Formats: sequence, structure tokens, C-alpha cells
Amino acid sequence: MNDSTGSAPEAGKIKIRLEGLSKRFPGQGEDAVDNLSMEIPEGEIIILVGPSGCGKTTTMKLINRIIEPTSGRIFLDDEDVTKVNPDLLRRRIGYVIQQIGLFPHVTIADNIATVPKMLGWKKDRINERVDELLETVGMDPGNYRDRYPKELSGGQRQRVGVARAMSADPDVMLMDEPFGAIDPITRDRLQNEFLRLQEQIKKTIIFVTHDIDEAIKMGDRIAILREQSHIAQFDTPERILVNPADDFVADFIGRGASLKRLSLSRVRDVELHQWPTAQDGTGHDEVRRLLEASDKSAVLVLDSQQRPMRWVNAEHLQRAGDGAALGEIGLPAEAVVQPNATLSDTLNEMLTARYSTAIVVDSSSAYQGIVDIDTINDTVRSMRRAERVRLREDERNDEQVSS
Amino acid sequence: MTTATDSDETGTNQVAHGAATAQPRGRHRSLWGYLFMPLLLTSILILLYFYVQGRELSSGEANRLNADAILTATREQIELTVVSTALVLAIAIPMGILLTRPFARSITPPAIAVFNIGQAIPSIGLIVLLAVVWDIGFRPMVVALVAYTVLPVLRNTMVGLRQVDASVIEAARGMGMTKRAVLTRIELPLAVPIIMAGLRTALTINVGTATLGALVGAGTLGTLIVAGIVQNKQLILVVGAILVAVLALLVDYLAAIAEERLRPRGL
Repeated sequence: MNDSTGSAPEAGKIKIRLEGLSKRFPGQGEDAVDNLSMEIPEGEIIILVGPSGCGKTTTMKLINRIIEPTSGRIFLDDEDVTKVNPDLLRRRIGYVIQQIGLFPHVTIADNIATVPKMLGWKKDRINERVDELLETVGMDPGNYRDRYPKELSGGQRQRVGVARAMSADPDVMLMDEPFGAIDPITRDRLQNEFLRLQEQIKKTIIFVTHDIDEAIKMGDRIAILREQSHIAQFDTPERILVNPADDFVADFIGRGASLKRLSLSRVRDVELHQWPTAQDGTGHDEVRRLLEASDKSAVLVLDSQQRPMRWVNAEHLQRAGDGAALGEIGLPAEAVVQPNATLSDTLNEMLTARYSTAIVVDSSSAYQGIVDIDTINDTVRSMRRAERVRLREDERNDEQVSS
Repeated sequence: MTTATDSDETGTNQVAHGAATAQPRGRHRSLWGYLFMPLLLTSILILLYFYVQGRELSSGEANRLNADAILTATREQIELTVVSTALVLAIAIPMGILLTRPFARSITPPAIAVFNIGQAIPSIGLIVLLAVVWDIGFRPMVVALVAYTVLPVLRNTMVGLRQVDASVIEAARGMGMTKRAVLTRIELPLAVPIIMAGLRTALTINVGTATLGALVGAGTLGTLIVAGIVQNKQLILVVGAILVAVLALLVDYLAAIAEERLRPRGL
């Protein structure tokens, strides 16, 4: 692969094409972005990642011409947009920055309505769209539309920022470290929500981060940039992890690549184990029978909507006495994940809860099955095996070529 | 907490509810907060009225202390204040906008220096100087007041525009707002509280300094004070001084209410 050219292998339609894009800031001896060419396929999350000062943010801002390129061309849907009116261009591209930049003096609804208003939408259509978007990002419109940004938490502001960027339904969104200023727990949740959202909306997203773990988790493809926005490698996360193009990439991914690989597999990709369960309100004797009949040491108590409540074992039953409701004895059912959680998240949940199992629930929080630590272990092992096989094949191919 | 969405959602809601119950500062006064100053000023005026009524007035005093003369003087003072402050706004706000645009960065310091001259000269000196070299009466007085109070409004306009969070402007530009829309819909509204504070300063200075108009034939309540001094009539002097003080406090009170009312919600 050429140093400064990125073409996405096996990609569908090309949404954005950058051709020999360069930017030199006035008074600087070197280009901040040097002769960058890149093809960005439609409907994918493309991550620009690299060390600080590599020009990744500048590169992103060249696309909507917040920073005007010194030379080179930008194509959106095969249309050369290098010289079109930048204000009109930007209304077609969603834009989310780390500081979010909500307008503090207008309501959440007006913040979200910014672009539709500029596009001259009718009032009814705007109102409808605002409510729809608030629902999409998981905020109750009745409760939030008339509030002001300062009344929201950091995570909620971020959601409104995303809703605002999507307001006129742009095909393309630019996101500059959108989850960077948020505490790790909320960030994790927002990342997962965003991935779930992207499954429905299928936007073309250019996503800038300096965090390789975020890149691996969020990206369909990752462009690892070195200084002056030279592309070190542009490929899927899997292939970058398994087959780093050079030492720079390998260094950047860092150690612990096996752990990172856990970010590539999701709970829905592994086989769930079943566990004996009991409805809250079941008699203690029946629970004891259940325990005897299974090889597990505890049963999972579910409420009437099948949502996990408690772990209860024989000892708990004995200690609690016959009258106690199942939902009030035993240990809390922590470490709960949904099918789209990565195995890395799942492992994290287990370690936090100090359980060796994680409970898998569907989107309405109903019990689906169990992932245990052995499953995760097996996954890591089989990934390593697959990788070794691949490397051996590569070597064999190389030998054949050289002989 | 990958998927404990339900519990987290309520958690964040609580945070928001908590924040919503906190009253935004300075937006609403209590009824007493609104009534205190007008009641105080009215009582002072009533007391003053009965005090003057209870006195045997000499013909010199009666000439000055009658409703006609006082109302004319008050009107002159208010006119000077309003006209000069309006001109200050018309000059200082556009100038402040201009001087904060990126292209004007190099001319900002010299421009500020020019406006600084007006404020550096003592107001009485400037007024007398204009009377000597130009004219006496209303117009030179307005010019002197404007020269004296442009700087605080200009400076506050610039500070107000510059303190707008850069990320807010970047987000606005990034969504395709034109530069003009960013100025009128984002920057200016967010600068209003600080511009209003400058305006209040200018009003207060102007209503007080307008009193000096008595020295250059522009009338005003200052004529009572000057007459009181010249004719050695304590009563006229005291009435003039109290009326000026009451007017200044009233103007400041109205400006304070305007300041609170015009502050955009959400700040």
C-alpha cells in the first residue's frame, strides 16, 4: 500500500473521495496534511486515528471545509465540492465536535432544529423531526425539548449534539472525538448506543479519535495516520490487529493485542449457555429441586417480565427461611450485557461485579442466556489459533513467491 | 455499565431534574425587589415636596423651585441622557462588532487608543473645551457625553463577543450557518449580558455628567445647583442635588431591570 493513498478493499460504493489533499497553515514550513488521497465507502464508520499532531482533525475539517485545503480535491457522491459554497456544503454534512458546542441560549429543540430551519423546513415538519430525534437518542421529547443545555448532564448534551448533527438526515457525518470529554462509563454506553443507532441509519461516518481501543470498537475501517496525515494503514480492525503494516502501526496498536481482539467479538457471536431459572414467587422447595437437578450451584431469579433479579443458591435458601421471597434473598444479578456488547465489555462487567458469568438480556432486558469466563477464554484461544494458521499460510505463500 | 440502560436512564434524569430546580440567578426579582427602589425614591420626593412647601420662599427661590422650571430642567437632563446614550449604542456596538472580526485584528489597538482619549480627558474639561472651540448648548453637550461613554460600551461589546465559547461558533459554522447568522443569532445574543452591563455604566455616567450642561447653556437640573451656589441659596442647591440623585438612581434601576430582562434564557 502506498504511503499516502488509502483505498478501502472490498468496499461498496464510494461516498467521499479525497484526491491529493494538502493543507499548509500560514507561517508554517511543513504541510499539516500532505497529499492525502483516500476513498471512503458508503454507510461505514471510518476512523481516523493517530498520535496527537498527526493531522487527523485537520483532515476531517478539510472534508467540510471548516479548514480550506491548500490544494487537492474533495468529491462527495462523485461531485467535486472543493469549490462549492461551503455553507451549503456543510448543511449536507453532520458535524459533531468534542466540546459539542450546543447553543446555550436556545432550547434543546431549537438546537436540534438549527439546520432544518436554515433549509427552510415547515414548522410542523421540524417539530416532528425534533421529537423523533430525541426519541432516537433515548431522551423523552416531552421532558427535554424545552430545556436549556445547561440543565443537561454531559452524556445528555452529547446525545443532543448527535441528534443535532442528524437533524436534516445528512448522508455523511463528521465526528471529532465525540465521546472524548465524557466519563468512561457514560462513554461506553454512548458508544454502544451509537453503534446500535448506526445499524439502523447506515450513515457514512468519519470519526476522529486518538484512542486505538475506541477505534477498534467503533470502526468498520480504520485509517492509522502518522505525521502530516500520511496513511500508515487503512483496513478493517481485524486485519490491522492481525497484520499490522509496519512497526509504526504495531507500536500504535500497542501490547495486549489479544485483549483488544476481544473488542472485535460481540456477545451475539458466541454461543450462550443456559442456566436454571426461577420466577420470583416460586416456592423454595421447587428451587431446591431445580438446583439438585442441575450441575449449577445457583439459580437465576427472574421477575414477571423475565428480567434478571437475583442469584440464589442452596445456602441462601437455608439462611433466609421458608417465607422469604426469592427476589429479596441471594446476590444481586449484576454483570448484565446485551447481545451487541463486545466480549471486552462483558469481561469488564464480570470483573467489576466479581462474578465469573455475565447475564445476557435482550433490548427489553429479558433474560437470554449466560456468557461465562470459559467462553471468553475459548474465544481468545480460537482467535490466536486462527491467526497462527493465517501467518503460516502467509509464510508459505511468501516462500512460494520467492522460490 | 454496558446495558443497564434502565437504571442509568433514571440516573441521568435525576441529574437533570436536580439542575432544573435550581433557579437561574438574577432573572427574577421578588415583588419587593421590584418595588423597593421606586418606593424609596417616591418617598424622598414627597418628603422634599413637603419640606419646600413648608418654607417661606424668597422670590429668587420661587423662580427656581416651581413645577415648570423643575420639569423643564428634568426634561433637558433626560433628553441629554437618552440622546447621548442612543448615539453611544449606535457607535459603540457596530464598532465593537467590527473590531472583533478576524480581519480587524491589526487595527484594534489603535482604535481603542482613539476611543480612550475621550474617556481620559476629565468630562468637565472636555465640555468647556467644546464650548470654547465650537458652541454652547445641547449639541456640544451630547458630543461630550458620547465621547466620554463610548469606551465602556465598546469595550464591553468586544469582551462580550470574545467570551463566546469558540466551540459554539465552530459548531454553528460546521452546521453551515453563514458568518452573518453566527453573529446575529449566536454571538450577539450571547454577548447581550455583558453589552448591557456596559450600557448601564454609560447611562449612569451620562445622567450624572449631563448635570454639567448647566455650565454651557444646556439647561438640566444642574442649573439649580449652579444657581444655588451662585446666589448662595442652600435650599435651591439641596433640591437640585437631591433631584439629580433621584433621577440617577431611577435610571440605574430601570437599566438594571432591562439588563435582567434582556439576558437570554438558558444562560
